Amino acid sequence: MLRYALKRGLSLAISLAVASLVIFFVIEIAPGDPASFMLGINAEPDTVAALRTELGLDQSKLQRYLGWVGGMLSGDFGMSYTYRTPVAEMIADRMWVSLPLAIYALTLSTLIAFPAGIYAAARRGKPGDMAVMGATQLGVAVPNFWFAMILVLIFAINLRWFGAGGFAGWDKGFGAAMKSLTLPAIALALPQAAILARVMRSALLDILGEDFMRTARAKGLTRRQALWRHGLRNAMIPVLTIIGLQFSFLLAGAIIIEQVFFLPGLGRLVFQAISARDLIVVESVVMLLVFAVISVNFLVDLAYALVDPRLRSRT
Amino acid sequence: MNRNLILGLGLSCVVVLAALVSFVWTPFDHTAMNIPAKLQTPNGTHWLGTDHFGRDIFSMIMVGARTSIAVALVAVGIGMGLGVPLGLAAAAKKGSLLDEGIMRANDLVFAFPSLVIAILITAIFGAGAINAIIAIGIFNIPVFARITRGAALSLWEREFILAAQVSGKGAARISGEHILPNVANLLIVQGTIQFSLGILAEAGLSYVGLGAQPPTPSWGRMLADAQTMVSFAPHLALIPGSAIVVTVLGLNLMGDGLRDWLDPKLRLAR
Repeated sequence: MLRYALKRGLSLAISLAVASLVIFFVIEIAPGDPASFMLGINAEPDTVAALRTELGLDQSKLQRYLGWVGGMLSGDFGMSYTYRTPVAEMIADRMWVSLPLAIYALTLSTLIAFPAGIYAAARRGKPGDMAVMGATQLGVAVPNFWFAMILVLIFAINLRWFGAGGFAGWDKGFGAAMKSLTLPAIALALPQAAILARVMRSALLDILGEDFMRTARAKGLTRRQALWRHGLRNAMIPVLTIIGLQFSFLLAGAIIIEQVFFLPGLGRLVFQAISARDLIVVESVVMLLVFAVISVNFLVDLAYALVDPRLRSRT
Repeated sequence: MNRNLILGLGLSCVVVLAALVSFVWTPFDHTAMNIPAKLQTPNGTHWLGTDHFGRDIFSMIMVGARTSIAVALVAVGIGMGLGVPLGLAAAAKKGSLLDEGIMRANDLVFAFPSLVIAILITAIFGAGAINAIIAIGIFNIPVFARITRGAALSLWEREFILAAQVSGKGAARISGEHILPNVANLLIVQGTIQFSLGILAEAGLSYVGLGAQPPTPSWGRMLADAQTMVSFAPHLALIPGSAIVVTVLGLNLMGDGLRDWLDPKLRLAR
C-alpha cells in the first residue's frame, strides 16, 4: 500500500510540475504586454520600461517561472499587477465566496440526487422511474446560466424572496450571506443533481444484479432492506468518484454563474484578471484550480486502494 | 428503433433543418432593425416576437442554430480527428512509453478546468467563433483518445486480430482496417454526447461575450442581451434558452437511443 501511495504521489508531483509549465508558458505567449496594457496607449516607452522592471517582467522567462513556482510553494503567490495587493490575499478573499457556494451547491445536489436515484432504481421501468429519468434528461440539457436567469425572474423579480444578485458578505450574518448564495447554489446544483441521480441509479441497478444481493434476499431481507444494507454501500464507489469530480468542477465552473449573480468569487476574479491582463492572478488561480482537481483525483485513488486491495496492483 | 432515438432524431432534425433553411430563407432579415416594432411578444407577424432593436427573434434563432451547430460540429471534429488516432496508437503499443505519454497527457488536460481555459484562450487570442471552436475542441481530444483506447485494448486480445497479425499486417494497418470499424459505434455515440456538450459550451462562451461576435447571431449572446430586460420582456430570455434546451435534449436522447440501438447485447436483453 505504501509503495502504491508513493507511486501515485510521484505521479501527482509530475502532473503538477507539467501543469505549472503549461500554464506559465501558455499565458506567456499571450499577446499583450501587461505593463503597456496598464498604462494605456499614450504611455511613454521609458515609463513602460520602468513599470516592466518594477513588475519583474524584464527578467528571463526561466527566472520568472522559477520565481513563481518557488513563491507558490512557500505560499507567496506574488503581487497583482492591477490591484497592487498580494494575490494570495485576493484568492483567500474570493475563496470565502466560492468555497461555501461549491459546498452549498454540492450539498443540494446530493440531497436531490440520492433520493431521486434510489427511487428510480427501486422502481426500474415503472412510471416513477421514467418520470425521474425524464426530469434528469431535462436537467442535463439546461444551461445553468439560463436556469439562473429564470430563477432570478421568478424568485427575485416576481416573488421578491431573494435579491437578484450581489453578495451580502459574511459580516452581515450567516443567514444573509447564505440567502444571497441560495439562488446561485440552486442554479449550479440542479444540472449536477441530474447527472448524479443518473449515476446513482445505474450504479444501484448494477448492484441489484449481483449474487450477494440475491443472497441477502434469500436470507429473508425484503427488497428494501437489501437495498439499504448492501446495495447502497456498494453503489457508493462510482457515486463518490462523480461527487469528487463535481466538487472541483463547481469550484471552477461557477465562473459564469458568478457573472450572472455578480458574486465576488474565484471565477469572477479570473474573468476580471483575464480582461485586465493581470497575468499573475490568472496563472495562480488556474494553478490552484488544477491543483484542486489533481489532488481530489489523488485522494479518490488512494481511498479506492484502501477499500479495494485489488486496485493496488493496477497502474 | 427505440423511443429515445426517434424523439432525439426528430428534435435534432428540426434544429438542423432550421439552420439549413436559414441559408436560403428566414421570415425577416435577422439583422434588420425596426425600432417602432421593438420588444413585441410572439404574434402573427413576428412568430416569436422581436428584441429591443425590433429584430425578428424567430429569424435570429434560425441563424443562431447555424452558429451553434457549426461550432460544436467542428469542435467534435477536432476531438475525433486527433483523439481517435492517439487512442488507437496508445492501444496498439500498450504499455509502451508512447501509451504512457498519451494517457498522462490526457489526464493532464482533464485536470484543467475546461471552462476557465476556454475563457482564457478566447480572451487571449481574441473572442470569436474560431477560437471558441479551438477552446472547446481541445477538451474533446482526451475524451475520444480515452474511449478509443479502452475499446481498442479489448479488441487487441481477440482472435481476428491475431489472424490479421499472422497474415503479416502491421499495427497501423490493423488499427485502421480492423480496430477502427469495431469502435465506430462507440465513437458515434460519444460524438453525439460531445456535440451536445459543445452546444452548451458555445452558449456559455457567447453568453460571457467570448463566442461568435456581432452581427453573427448566437443563442448565448441573445441570452446575455436579454438579461437586463428579463423583468419586462421575459420572452427574450425564454426563447433562446428553450432553443438550447431542445437541441441539447434532442442530441442526448439521440445518443442514448443510438447506444441501445447499436449495441446488439442490449437489443437482445429487451
